[in-house]
Amino acid sequence: MSAPLLSVRDLSVRFGGVLAVNKVSFDVHAGEVFTLIGPNGAGKTTVFNLISRIYTPTGGTLSFDGQRLDAVPPHGVAALGIARTFQNIELFEHATVLQNLLIGRHIRRSTGVWAEMLFTPAVREAERRTRRKVEEVIDLLELQHYRDALVAGLPYGVRKVVELARALCTEPKLLLLDEPSSGLNVEETGDMAFWIEDIRRDLGVTILMVEHDMGLVSKVSDRVLAMNQGAVLAVGTPSEVQADPGVVEAYLGTVDDVSSLRRKA
Amino acid sequence: MRFVFKTRYDQDIALARHCGDRFWYSLLMLALVAAPWLLPEYWLAQLSFVFIYAIVAVGLMLLAGFTGQFSIGHAAFMGIGAYAEAYLAARGWPLAASLACAMALAAAAGVVVGLPALRVKGMYLAIATLSFGFIVEEALARWESVTGGNAGKSVPAPQVFGYALDSTESFYFLCLVCVVGSTLVVLNLLRAPTGRAFVAIRDSEVSAQSMGIQLARYKSLSFAISAALAGLGGALYGHKMQFISPEQFSLVQSIDLVLMVVIGGLGSIHGAFFGAIFLIGMPQLISLGKDYLPAAIGQATGLQSVVYGAVLIAFVMLEPMGLYGRWLKVRTWLELYPFYRRGMFKRQKSFQKSERLK
Repeated sequence: MSAPLLSVRDLSVRFGGVLAVNKVSFDVHAGEVFTLIGPNGAGKTTVFNLISRIYTPTGGTLSFDGQRLDAVPPHGVAALGIARTFQNIELFEHATVLQNLLIGRHIRRSTGVWAEMLFTPAVREAERRTRRKVEEVIDLLELQHYRDALVAGLPYGVRKVVELARALCTEPKLLLLDEPSSGLNVEETGDMAFWIEDIRRDLGVTILMVEHDMGLVSKVSDRVLAMNQGAVLAVGTPSEVQADPGVVEAYLGTVDDVSSLRRKA
Repeated sequence: MRFVFKTRYDQDIALARHCGDRFWYSLLMLALVAAPWLLPEYWLAQLSFVFIYAIVAVGLMLLAGFTGQFSIGHAAFMGIGAYAEAYLAARGWPLAASLACAMALAAAAGVVVGLPALRVKGMYLAIATLSFGFIVEEALARWESVTGGNAGKSVPAPQVFGYALDSTESFYFLCLVCVVGSTLVVLNLLRAPTGRAFVAIRDSEVSAQSMGIQLARYKSLSFAISAALAGLGGALYGHKMQFISPEQFSLVQSIDLVLMVVIGGLGSIHGAFFGAIFLIGMPQLISLGKDYLPAAIGQATGLQSVVYGAVLIAFVMLEPMGLYGRWLKVRTWLELYPFYRRGMFKRQKSFQKSERLK
């Protein structure tokens, strides 16, 4: 098999006395959908924040596409080809959907500040090109209706899609989706599953996601990694991981756990 | 009611939304160009002051309203611009060169003040800029060899190609050119990637960063442009007053500037202009109203500050979007008559904001 797109080795991060992520290692190969699962507080989102360089790891290495990711500043991650969404949506609230998506094209900008001040013909042409690219994403995710709407007034489900669209506008190689289905209804979750498939198949984007909805996870993921308390429990296909005794224990507890809670007579 | 059918992307890039916009702005421009022949000299001078403050307001709006960085020391940049201009004009520099130099100096100071903005936010940034304002005011008062100290400094009339712009009319045109120029520059930036990066930083730093926007670079840039415009405004202010002294660029002036953008409406260029009109127009209204008030109130000192304070409180409580927000509502009411609903501009509660990552 070819070299992995994203390679995480012994990744650790410590916040004071809390070891949030403890020697996590995994590889994500080009073209696959890789999912992190685990109970709340397992450290899944922390892994995401480490990959997108919002946090700096206290141990271990991250490499992406043959490059060390740990040395890249947080704003350099997008230029390498990694885009992300956030668990609780971090859109630019007081801008329109269109503006949000145009900001997604920031790393592709070709014009300088002085030219922009004068709005030279080159800037105008660059703006048109940017807009055409953004329109492709709008068509893919069916956002035409919301183009000029302010994000602040949009329902939650639509915001989720706008955030996905904004990440796609950067033309990423690797897309990090932090709980794409949280807060969505059944129908919207179904749409999200379709789009994830489309993005992987048609755009050839590799996807790493954190997700709780096991229906969605088994439908779209090739491989799943289960975490608990900052450490890896199991890696494998969705059905393998679901059957893993350690994973079952992390979610449901063991028989002993329950008996220890029982009140002694 | 007008519905704009969009058939080309250029319609979204253009500054004017439709031909109605183009018509009204052309009419406004025409009126402003014709103003010297229509208005008495006193009103023309007031209009020049509106333009000068509008230049500063557009700059501060870019910083506070579009990049989300508050500065309570903006008068210091005006001061730097004004003193640089006074110094250079006295040495016979042509206007274009001395203005450019004043703007560059103010911009450099802006970058320096922007440095703490990379680390501190909100209230703490306000404190940092506030103390910068004090430092500059103090420096202007002490550096007597250049600034003339507290005794002040007189400013010669601007020279353009050997002509002195010493009449109210000619200076009015200079202000008009400057205000239109700087507004166009800022509007152009706002419809280009740089302006969108500013807005991104205002709304969510963490996600701006993950879109590849360098926070340090764009915050400094915003401070620099904003300070340069304040410097330009300050330079023109010095020429208009013909005499400058450090207390003209004190905290009170800075607060007036913040008042201007907040009352005008944060986050809109229209707001900057409404704010400037308010700031210049209000003292006129107060002095007109004085005669109708009982002497104990009308002649009391500090009436203006009380009125400003009351207006600011009223706006923050009742119309957070400022004069521009009010104007939008009036315009929508007119456009939709009789279908306007009271709840149309109600902001929906935004959904859970994520726990801030830092």
